[in-house]
Order: sequence, then structure tokens, then C-alpha cells
Amino acid sequence: MRKYFLSCITQRANSNLKMRNLRAGDKILYTGKLYTARDQAHKRLVDAIKKDKKLPIDLKSAVIYYCGPTNTPKDKVIGSCGPTTSSRMDSFTPLLLKNGLKAMIGKGGRSKDVIAALKKYRAVYFLTYAGCGALLANYVKNKKLICYPDLGPEAIYELTVKDFPLIVGIDSKGRSIYDSF
Amino acid sequence: MEANFKLRPDVFQALKTAYKKEKSRRAKDIIRAIIYNADIAKRECLAICQDTGLPVIFIELGQDVQIIGGFLGEAINKGVQSGYKQAYLRNSIICDPIKRGKPGFMPAVIHYELVPGKNLKLTVLPKGFGCENKAQVKMFKPTIDLQQIKRFIVDVVKNAGPDACPPFVVGVGIGGTQDYACLLAKKALLRPLAPPHPWPSPHRGEGRGEGEYRIRVLEQDLLKAINRLNIGPMGLGGRTTALAVNIETYPTHIAGLPVCVNISCHALRNAQTVI
Repeated sequence: MRKYFLSCITQRANSNLKMRNLRAGDKILYTGKLYTARDQAHKRLVDAIKKDKKLPIDLKSAVIYYCGPTNTPKDKVIGSCGPTTSSRMDSFTPLLLKNGLKAMIGKGGRSKDVIAALKKYRAVYFLTYAGCGALLANYVKNKKLICYPDLGPEAIYELTVKDFPLIVGIDSKGRSIYDSF
Repeated sequence: MEANFKLRPDVFQALKTAYKKEKSRRAKDIIRAIIYNADIAKRECLAICQDTGLPVIFIELGQDVQIIGGFLGEAINKGVQSGYKQAYLRNSIICDPIKRGKPGFMPAVIHYELVPGKNLKLTVLPKGFGCENKAQVKMFKPTIDLQQIKRFIVDVVKNAGPDACPPFVVGVGIGGTQDYACLLAKKALLRPLAPPHPWPSPHRGEGRGEGEYRIRVLEQDLLKAINRLNIGPMGLGGRTTALAVNIETYPTHIAGLPVCVNISCHALRNAQTVI
């Protein structure tokens, strides 16, 4: 399986990845840590920032993955865990970027405001295989609950991933993969 | 459970055909990942997609069937809950749509239909919301020409774009009332993709043969138009924006023409049982 995906991947990367060197359309295999967060978790993070409360995760250089995994089968690290639609998080994203968020992983396009914020804060928006949660589960090596357990699948988890396949959707210069064809 | 682990065989086949048709390396790569994902899901009993959907359940109850020992709806919801729990699927259902709160496994959305006979047919369609969010309904004027309906359908797909996980299966309901057109659009997704599709529907009445033919041509026209959008797998360009367009129709009122488009992502799965 790995072998196949490698055939079209241009580089490997870990958490020291330099965002400004990436171009829309680049494919990478990412090894490192991700935080899952989607609708309700975003709302709470942004509320906390607005109220000057301490955040449950350190946003500095963090990578957020828009994902709400299924429940975890007994013998597995994680259940099915593909990306969810990113545009639902658009209204929350600029504030998170302002607070240090380095990258996001999701599916689909982003708003103009998000693209402007990506440029301003030199951050990157990645895509990963949409609707392929079972496949992506194989790249997750560890899962740890960080906060908001009352949100169920929408809680924030820390995932440790190895060779997680990503495509740069929008780079730090605001170039979008969707404009390239 | 079965519905969440196994991609429908006709969808699987359609993806394989699409793989051959695609020219670009990226589109091929994505379709291959989708096919591979379906394999892994089946083999490892993992959900095809982490969005295990809001289960939409279609019950066709034969009128000679008598159900004893409890309420059918309750039994279904209990079944959904225990199936989803056992299979480690996702609890994605919020009981209070406004206040939100902690997600659970039920209730499902259940459509009952009384039919002749003494069987009970149950179909489960776990509908993900990435694509469900992109559904649209429009009440056209009765004097509208077909071109405008076509444009509306293609526009809904265009608007769904990369967000709803293309390649899609596009379900269209034409006729009936506003709510009924929506139900038809959803039911259209259940129909097998490969032509020839199993018309005639019992409501088409006279001129059935010609009507059926027209709908089939319309489906093919729309599929061509949609695949010219160059949205492609994951919205990254390509020839396969939709695997199929399925249209269901029903008689309507002289004053109107409801059209509903309900999109399904490539992870179209449903399971059926007859008791």
C-alpha cells in the first residue's frame, strides 16, 4: 500500500516542515502530530480565545485535522478517520491562524478570508483523501484524548501519524490547487 | 452495519470503470485510493467513511403483514443503535438540533410505505452529511422549459463542488409536492447505477414507454453535462464528477413543477433485507 502512494509523492515531511516552501499541488507524507477538531470544538476554541481563557491545546505551530473519527474497534488504534468539509470551519479559522495555527487538513475549498489569513500568517491548508477513512486509519499510530470528551466524536484528539498522505490545497502565498486547472 | 462496511457493488464497478476513463494521474490516484479504501473497509470491518451518516430507513410494509410484540419504529431505532455501537460506528446524531449537545446513535429517519403483499422490505441508507448539506429543492413554474431544469441540476452539482466528495451519484426527484420531490430524489440514490434501470415505476401510467425513454435520455444528457464541469475526483479536476444521474418522477399539480437534487458522495452504501 505504502509503495503505491509513494510513487506519486514528492517529499516526506515531519513537524519541522517549512510551510513557506510548499506550493499548492505538492504531495507530501507527513509524520508527526495532529489535533482533530471540527465544528463544535472550533466554536469552543474561538470562544475561549475571545474570552482570553487558557486554551486546552497549544496552537503555536499546531496542525489541525478536520476529522471526527468513528468509535475505535477493539484491536485498532483508531476507527475510520477521513476529513470533513473544511468550509464549515471558515468563520473560525482566521482567529486560530492569528494565534499560531500552522496548518489545517480537510477537504474542499476555503473562503476568501481564510485564504487571506493563510497568506498573512504564512500557514498552509492541506487536503487528504476524502471519503477514505478506512485507508487513512492505517497511517495513525496513536490517539490521545485532549479535551471536550462531552462532544463525542467531535472532541479534540491528538493523533500521531506516520507517512500521512497530504496534498497542499492552498499554500502560504494564497495559491490554490483549485485554480490550477 | 453491512451498509457501512461494504460499498455497493455497482458503485464499486462504476469507480473501476471511471478509473480506466480518467487520463490525469492525480484523478487516477484518487480513484485508486477510493477503491483501495473500500477494500480495506470490507476486509478490516472499518467504516468506509468516518461519517457513518444519519441512517435513512425505507420500510415497505406489505398490507397483509401484522406486526406484533411492539412498535416497528422503536424496534428499528433499537436495532440501529445496537448495530452502530457493536460495529464501532460514529455517534453523529444530535437530539436537539438547536441546542446541539452530546451526539448519540439514534433516532434514524424512517419512511414507511404501505404496499400490497405480505413481505416487509427494509432498506438502510446511511447518508453522510458532507453531501446531504448540498441538496437543493426548487419549485419551478409549470411553463418552464427543460433546459432550465437541466441547468438547475448541473448548478447544484457545481455548487457542491469538492466539498461533497466527488465523484457523486446524483439523485433527482421531479414532480409530486415539494416534500415528495425530495423523497424521490433520495430514493433515486437507491436505484442500481448500471443501465438499463428498472423502470417502469407504477405511477407513470399511460405512455410509460416513451416517458421512460425520455427520462433515460435526460439522465445521460445530465451525466455528460456534469462530467464536463471538470470538478473530478476530490474536486481536483478530471472526467469523473458523477458516476451516474438517477431521476425519479411522479405526477404533479398543474400549477407547479418541483425539482429536488440530492447528491451522494462516492461512498454510496445501502443494505436491504426482506422479511
